[in-house]
Amino acid sequence: MSDFYLIRKNLTRNKLRLSLNSFAIFIAFLLFGVLASLQAAFDAGVELSSEQRMIVTNKINFTQPMPLAYVNKVRAVEGVASVTHANWFGAYYQDPQKPLVGFAVDAESYLEVYEEFVLAPEQREAWFNNRIGIVVGDQMARTLGWKVGDRLPVSSSIFTQKDGSSVWEMEVMGIFTGNDEQFDTNYFLLHYKYFIETQSFGGDWIGWITIKTTDPALNDEVSKTIDAQFANSPAETKTTSEKQFSKAFVEQFGNIGLMITSIVGAAFFTILFIVGNSMALSVRERTNEIAVLKTIGFQAPRIFKMVLSESILLALLGGCLGLFVANVLVNGAAQAPQLRSMLPNLVLTDMVAFKALGLMLVLGLVTGILPAWRAMKLNTIDALNRR
Amino acid sequence: MTAERLFDLKSISKSFSKGKESIAIFEGLNMVIDKGDFVAIMGPSGSGKTTLLNMLGGVDKPTKGEILYAGKGIEKYSEGQLANWRAAHIGFIFQFYNLMPMLTAAKNVELPLLLKKMSSSQRKKSVAAALELVGLADRAKHKPDELSGGQQQRVAIARAIVSDPDLLLCDEPTGDLDRATATEILETLQLLNKDFGKTIVMVTHDPAAAKYAKRCVHLDKGEFVEKELVA
Ligand SMILES: Nc1ncnc2c1ncn2[C@@H]1O[C@H](COP(=O)(O)OP(=O)(O)OP(=O)(O)O)[C@@H](O)[C@H]1O
Ligand SMILES: [Mg+2]
Repeated sequence: MSDFYLIRKNLTRNKLRLSLNSFAIFIAFLLFGVLASLQAAFDAGVELSSEQRMIVTNKINFTQPMPLAYVNKVRAVEGVASVTHANWFGAYYQDPQKPLVGFAVDAESYLEVYEEFVLAPEQREAWFNNRIGIVVGDQMARTLGWKVGDRLPVSSSIFTQKDGSSVWEMEVMGIFTGNDEQFDTNYFLLHYKYFIETQSFGGDWIGWITIKTTDPALNDEVSKTIDAQFANSPAETKTTSEKQFSKAFVEQFGNIGLMITSIVGAAFFTILFIVGNSMALSVRERTNEIAVLKTIGFQAPRIFKMVLSESILLALLGGCLGLFVANVLVNGAAQAPQLRSMLPNLVLTDMVAFKALGLMLVLGLVTGILPAWRAMKLNTIDALNRR
Repeated sequence: MTAERLFDLKSISKSFSKGKESIAIFEGLNMVIDKGDFVAIMGPSGSGKTTLLNMLGGVDKPTKGEILYAGKGIEKYSEGQLANWRAAHIGFIFQFYNLMPMLTAAKNVELPLLLKKMSSSQRKKSVAAALELVGLADRAKHKPDELSGGQQQRVAIARAIVSDPDLLLCDEPTGDLDRATATEILETLQLLNKDFGKTIVMVTHDPAAAKYAKRCVHLDKGEFVEKELVA
């Protein structure tokens, strides 16, 4: 037997109370886990977007093309560190009802601009050297069951080849991930050259340009210079930072952060009272036993620790269960196609789990500190005489 | 043969203050208890028996005076020191047993051993020996609510003796039991005194119970009226 045995026995002595309390805590952490993951997913787009990256699109809107020649002109602008470009492919695989995200890119410069992109060196080499090669995001590869070495007919719902077919043969050369677990890996990349030379729409045009500046402080300056350069040309441009771009996207949904904070806050406030009250009650019922422990020779600080450990254990029990179920729910929701295209970063992150763990400790401390203090200060004589 | 002195209470005063008033329980009380003694304390309700026992056990302190235990004044000890002292020297037996309801008899008995540096096998041995001594070896796995009052009190005795204290303090240990069961408990206490050399101080209202002691003191209005029992 150890102190922990006593703590455990005390925690589980009233099964009804234990289940009610852990259920309340469970619900609070379930809410927290799910809502905080949602918020993180919404924020991830903004947070993961680099301060240093800007996107140059056609001023009319981002679906309008621009000449390829713009790439070199942009590269020459002072403050621009690197440049790459991309075209929307409008891909689907076998089922036109299930669109896939795919871009035609210039492989080398794309990887230079998107540093968070993780691809094994040999796969990268193999991709560079294969005209029909593509690299597929880890999540997309898992959903579709694609593996390195697969040769696949991928269709476009927008473009046709010069022979009239809308199917491109592609070969999977690599599977990429990100250096952050929220990095979106639900897309694939094919070579710009392969795309532009086979499609029937005409040559040398691109969808958009992504640039990296040498210093975020230069962003305003750089964007003004670029847009001024193409003013009064057939394709005028609009240059915005990636962060602004993502923020504008998230803000369409209203103030999610405030909503989540108030729901979770209300839930915690409620359980603080429920659990705190119940802890106080259960320790008061044990007054006699605590007095006996002290009489036998248990030191007051040890009693304090035991009561506090009990409330922390309770918080951890309900909290971890809630977090576990939240994780199952979040993973389940992330599989839903509608959600996946809108929130590609939906996952219960380590950060959310750590925060939850911290909250559990705080909850345990706050609900246990007063009863623990009372138990520590308990006057043995009074407690044993008054029965 | 002069016995070794265990306790020497030197002009103990104790008063409780209730609001502005201060009620004196003892004023200048003296008492000695020798090692191996078995003292019964009797007296009317409110005469201060429990208060005296609490002071002997280091859970309460006198307002004035000295309590020498083996020559050391324990009334000067801090709370923490007293707790260690109690764990090392005293076994407590209460009227209402005061067992932990969620623990088995064996675990209840093991409680005081959590305060000792002992291996779990050593602890198991001590617990088994204590339960054996009180005749409850076969009830080790039972919870208090599965035991009779007398059995619960025997578990409490096992708990009090498991860490081999010098002194047992019992506050009306048979107060809640019928005659036959009380007799068993008292015989057990007598055995612990005679065969194991435990010093025992027992508060009781029952003259029949007091007969098991070596001597009986009467407390009345904070004063002793001592009389030898016929052996
Ligand atoms: N914590 C306390 N505060 C105030 N007064 C107290 C306290 N403890 C005891 N007293 C008073 O001291 C006196 C002696 O109490 P004590 O409990 O020692 O009596 P007792 O002889 O054990 O009585 P009983 O036979 O009823 O158990 C009583 O008048 C009681 O009211
Ligand atoms: Mg009393």
